[in-house]
Amino acid sequence: MASDRIFGLVVLMAALAYIASATQIQTSFLADPVGPKTFPILVGTVAAISSLVMIFRPDPDPEWPDKFTFGALFFAMLVLIAYAYALKPLGFIIPTAITAGILSYQISPRIKPAALSGVGLSIGLFILFKFALGLGLIAFPKFLVG
Amino acid sequence: MEILENLALGFSVALSPYTLMLAIVGCFLGTIIGALPGLGPSNGVAILIPLTFTLGLDATSALVLMTAVYYGAMYGGRISSILLNIPGDEPALMTTLDGYPMAKSGRAGDALVISGVASFVGAFLSTIGLMLLAPMLARVAYLFGPAEYFALYLLAFCTLGGMASNNQAKAAIASCIGLGIAMIGVDNNSGMPRLTGGNLHLMDGIDFLVAIVGLFAIAEVFFFIESHGKGSAIGVKLGKVKIPWPEIMSTKWTMLRASGVGFIAGILPGAGASLGSFLAYMSEKSFAGDKAGFGTGVAKGIAAPEAGNNAAAGGALVPMLTLGVPGSGTTAVLLALLMTLNITPGPTLFTDRPEVVWGLIASLLIANIVLLLMNVPMVKIFVRVLQVPAWVLLPGVTMISFVGIYSLSGSYFDLLLMVAFGVLGYVLRKLDVPTVPVILGILLGGNMEDALRRAMVLSDGDATYLFSTPIAIGLWLAAIAGFVAPMFLRSVLKKPQRVTD
Repeated sequence: MASDRIFGLVVLMAALAYIASATQIQTSFLADPVGPKTFPILVGTVAAISSLVMIFRPDPDPEWPDKFTFGALFFAMLVLIAYAYALKPLGFIIPTAITAGILSYQISPRIKPAALSGVGLSIGLFILFKFALGLGLIAFPKFLVG
Repeated sequence: MEILENLALGFSVALSPYTLMLAIVGCFLGTIIGALPGLGPSNGVAILIPLTFTLGLDATSALVLMTAVYYGAMYGGRISSILLNIPGDEPALMTTLDGYPMAKSGRAGDALVISGVASFVGAFLSTIGLMLLAPMLARVAYLFGPAEYFALYLLAFCTLGGMASNNQAKAAIASCIGLGIAMIGVDNNSGMPRLTGGNLHLMDGIDFLVAIVGLFAIAEVFFFIESHGKGSAIGVKLGKVKIPWPEIMSTKWTMLRASGVGFIAGILPGAGASLGSFLAYMSEKSFAGDKAGFGTGVAKGIAAPEAGNNAAAGGALVPMLTLGVPGSGTTAVLLALLMTLNITPGPTLFTDRPEVVWGLIASLLIANIVLLLMNVPMVKIFVRVLQVPAWVLLPGVTMISFVGIYSLSGSYFDLLLMVAFGVLGYVLRKLDVPTVPVILGILLGGNMEDALRRAMVLSDGDATYLFSTPIAIGLWLAAIAGFVAPMFLRSVLKKPQRVTD
């Protein structure tokens, strides 16, 4: 009940914001009868109506994970974000080994297999991508290799 | 005889050693992808798209490879359903109903062979159906103007929302999220940026591949972290694999009927393979009556959903190739592939680039035979794949997704967006909001708006133009019916629960 209502409310807000920003779209002098605003406004309106349905006729709540698992999920998200930033400046192998290791540990909390799968995946995938698929990946950052 | 000529052209493309190799590699990869729990056809194809792009394959080769993966994943989905009681993807859910009980009673090998043969029959018949029907539909599609296309897109969203989800409002929201995202970027008509919030990265719009990989692959990682990868151990031991001829022969009519049902379900835009396997199973169940023992591990109960599922996979290619409207989640992903390769599906595809279409059809036929050979005698190899633990598999999938998306543009911004879509995918799936309409919205949003605007230019702003031809009216009615009817049919169409131990 509550989850659907909250989600409906979020969608409603987003839809209204979307409609509001759609009205700000600049039209050029070459306008067609519909123009660039109408379709986004239409989409926003349908979303707003559907969100109202969701708020007033919610489904039963799904099973949400406990606080601890939520923390783990949030942490996984942070790790992936950090990985996205690290991939370019730090080369492929080190960030990949760390990220894959952490994810592996989060799925099955045993340190040794997790570390092994992190290192193994990182090196294995590097070889696959670099030599079999010919992607231009950099193994290590410049300041390590010199 | 035009078909035979076209087929000859197709086979001349598909039987070149290189294309043949791609088809075999695709089948192998696809079966593995389908067999791995939590990595279905949509995921698998989505992750592989950026990689095929970097391989520098030409359009036909890329298409052959990916459709082989697609068919392969449809075959592979049954392996984890039967042995682990975990459907590799949604359409394979129906196979667990009889497949798992049969495997538990010590006949895992029989179940795998029967389902393999049923998959072959379904996929083979539907490829022939595709061959006969697609060129005809392509001719009809010439009659489609912008008003008809707008109605057709609407029909796809409505049937997808109506049939594939349990709550119409949620499906509509999902479609709107997709359509809303598709609007971001520079407007084609006026050349003005829309809804970018001044962010330069968003001027080009959001790449649908980023969204697909995020929603399907990254979201899956979150689910595995939540469940700690439980249920990935081998459930049922597989003994010696023999071919149970009498049982296969006894299911021949079931296979034929299920293929027909599945093919038709696959053609409906937006309905897809889940509906195909569901309808095939339910119709066979009621046809056979209570005495047949559906749900306890009978051969017909395995043959029906597998034939239906694979027939629907072929059927779903019909609207995708002729009209550019995908019939299922995975064909939506294949549509994304076509768009990436700069091929515009639609009636002109059949006249302008017959080598692509017929090469594809011929390689589907070849892939099918390869898959049958792989999936019956060599099934043990794929069973071994199931033993890859989730704590290696999922990090691996994540890393491949990152590299794939990174290789598209080399920008960290796309990677961040992908993670964001992963989180969105997790929340949506938790709340039982379907994610396929989001993908469909992102893919088709631009075309849908263009169709509307072009229709309005033609009619000078007269909205009744949208309902001016019989085809358009028919599509509108079908769209409304597809969206509303499932509300009343919900109790009839209730999905059976999974078998629990």
